[in-house]
Amino acid sequence: MRHIISVLLENEAGALSRVAGLFSARGYNIESLTVAPTEDASLSRMTIVTRGSDEILEQITKQLNKLVDVVKVVDLSEAAHSERELMLIKVRATGKDREEMKRMADIFRGRVIDVTESTYVIELTGTGAKMDSFIAAIDAGLILETVRTGVCGIGRGDRILKV
Amino acid sequence: MISGAEIVIRCLQEEKVDCVFGYPGGSVLHIYDALFKQDQVKHILVRHEQAAVHAADAYSRSSQKVGVALVTSGPGVTNTITGIATAYSDSIPMVVITGQVPTAYIGQDAFQECDTVGITRPCVKHNFLVKDVKDLASTIKKAFHIAATGRPGPVVVDVPKDVTAQMCEFEYPKTIQMRSYNPVVKGHLGQIKKAVQLLQEAKRPIIYAGGGVILSDAAEKLTDLARKLDFPVTNTLMGLGSYPATDRQSVGMLGMHGTYEANMAMHHADVVLAVGARFDDRVIGNPAHFGDEPRKIIHVDIDPSSISKRVKVDVPIVGNVPDVLDEMLKLMDASFKTDKVAVGDWWKQIEEWRGRDCLRYRQSELIMPQYVVQKLYEVTGGDAYITSDVGQHQMFAAQYYKFDKPRRWINSGGLGTMGVGLPYGMGVLMANPEAQVACITGEGSIQMNIQELSTCKQYGLPLKIINLNNGMLGMVRQWQEMFYSKRYSQSYVTSLPDFVKLAESYGHVGMKIEKPEDVEPALRQAFTEYKDRLVFMDFIIDPTANVFPMVAAGKGLTEMILAEDL
Repeated sequence: MRHIISVLLENEAGALSRVAGLFSARGYNIESLTVAPTEDASLSRMTIVTRGSDEILEQITKQLNKLVDVVKVVDLSEAAHSERELMLIKVRATGKDREEMKRMADIFRGRVIDVTESTYVIELTGTGAKMDSFIAAIDAGLILETVRTGVCGIGRGDRILKV
Repeated sequence: MISGAEIVIRCLQEEKVDCVFGYPGGSVLHIYDALFKQDQVKHILVRHEQAAVHAADAYSRSSQKVGVALVTSGPGVTNTITGIATAYSDSIPMVVITGQVPTAYIGQDAFQECDTVGITRPCVKHNFLVKDVKDLASTIKKAFHIAATGRPGPVVVDVPKDVTAQMCEFEYPKTIQMRSYNPVVKGHLGQIKKAVQLLQEAKRPIIYAGGGVILSDAAEKLTDLARKLDFPVTNTLMGLGSYPATDRQSVGMLGMHGTYEANMAMHHADVVLAVGARFDDRVIGNPAHFGDEPRKIIHVDIDPSSISKRVKVDVPIVGNVPDVLDEMLKLMDASFKTDKVAVGDWWKQIEEWRGRDCLRYRQSELIMPQYVVQKLYEVTGGDAYITSDVGQHQMFAAQYYKFDKPRRWINSGGLGTMGVGLPYGMGVLMANPEAQVACITGEGSIQMNIQELSTCKQYGLPLKIINLNNGMLGMVRQWQEMFYSKRYSQSYVTSLPDFVKLAESYGHVGMKIEKPEDVEPALRQAFTEYKDRLVFMDFIIDPTANVFPMVAAGKGLTEMILAEDL
């Protein structure tokens, strides 16, 4: 089962490596991991996408909570939540492909954020599945490079993760 | 204003640390200078940093206080890793202060630089790099707080040399608040009630007590509870001494080399009350085999991640063991009744198992290692602190020395570190200078930290070393004999030193004992005539002796190999 875990942790040097080290030491899987400071600069918020059985997820949550730098842990996927990912994709945009690429970006509600004579950089946000569909929808030979942030997520409505 | 180095020492004084184990070097010279100018904190100079950490670890194990080690940067730190990992495995509260190259040099591959925080991270409860002298006192306070609370463990504080030179006002915080670290103490009352209910209904109960009982000083409470219930008690290797081994209700140690009655009772129990234990692979064997038998498990542990990790638990109780046991005892009022008839039948069954006398061993013209441990038990009146290394001798010590008190059995249970025995002995003697302390070891293990004989001489530590010398890496040899068709690959030690001369060259007393009839007189002489000296007793034992009962790796708890089967 895929799970999205949100972690609030002290914004201290080395806190990220404690989490990453825990996952590798215990053989847990990380599909993606994103982290940045919150509105309170002393705290970072991390979103980890992982897969595992209920038993493994229970252990992951417990082990994360055990880290001294970790303040709070929530499994977002236990209830209603929103998740988004950002992708920047550089594509070849010449000749007839130039128009087609713009059209595809529009269909996926992407934005072209950099233009040269031969390339576009398209910014796309959405679920990981949407990114995958976009990549599948365009000609693979035109993709020059892609970069994805990994998922960040937030609970819906009254579910709030705060100190 | 005082220097960072003086702050380090003042913090240790504030924490009432009376003894630090360490080894000086470039990055900690300021700290050693500050140490020199006072006499409240005593320093024990070891011969290798690994031994400093082991000694600090044993100081803690035998005293309940936080152990402290002090080492320099780079190799000083890398030498401590085995010691830190050993303490981490057994949840021992310890603070290791490490020197670091000056902050401006960090990351420059400086002389004696290593990434201490990175290299220790997987084997510490927490670690810190102090980059500003203003944070030094509060960081050390946090380190002691984290090490000793919750599930205890080692904490490393890495202090760059320039930080120890900087000047700062000293104020030691009285308390510490950390929003990210608030270990649970009290257990959930609803869960405790459920547990008590289960104990009333139990027909074939067992209390399974581990190192957590000792670490939290709950042995007395556990004993009260067990007596009130009249249930059998089994101990893990780490839990030995948490319930008196000589008591009728004790069925001994369980697990890979546990007693027949303990393993049978654990497997066939219908209610298991697990206290401060973690169902590890050396204890329950194959978890699938263990899971075959339906039973209800109550698990009391301060660490939620220990619960339902290897075995599904029915009544989890997260909390400090003594607090939870207190609550349980309170709930066992006049209306509390166990099923006396069923438990009586269960005891009959257990006595039948006990009748197998699984620790019987064959006699030999040579000295049997079990016999040495039994005689040591008699000579010391069962009241010594016993440290051990890792291997056959460790299991013989655990099986044949009957520990009635907590904190008397000092060994590396989780990590299984050979070489701890001698430095453990030093740590125990520093914490308990008047005690009888013996190190049960083998000729393999003792050589892993043999240099500490020199430290023992310097500080006059009267350790009694019981070297069960079979010329073999005994436990390896036992597995090769049983599972590798007697292909004794690299388990035979040639070119052993003359341990008597070796001990003498360090200024100690050496003895070589080769006949069974000499065992007891030698031990008596060591503990009376040479009471104040370190005595290295080299017992030449029967090299074919093996440890039984045995549950082979991957086998179920009841699939024991007994000595009588062979």
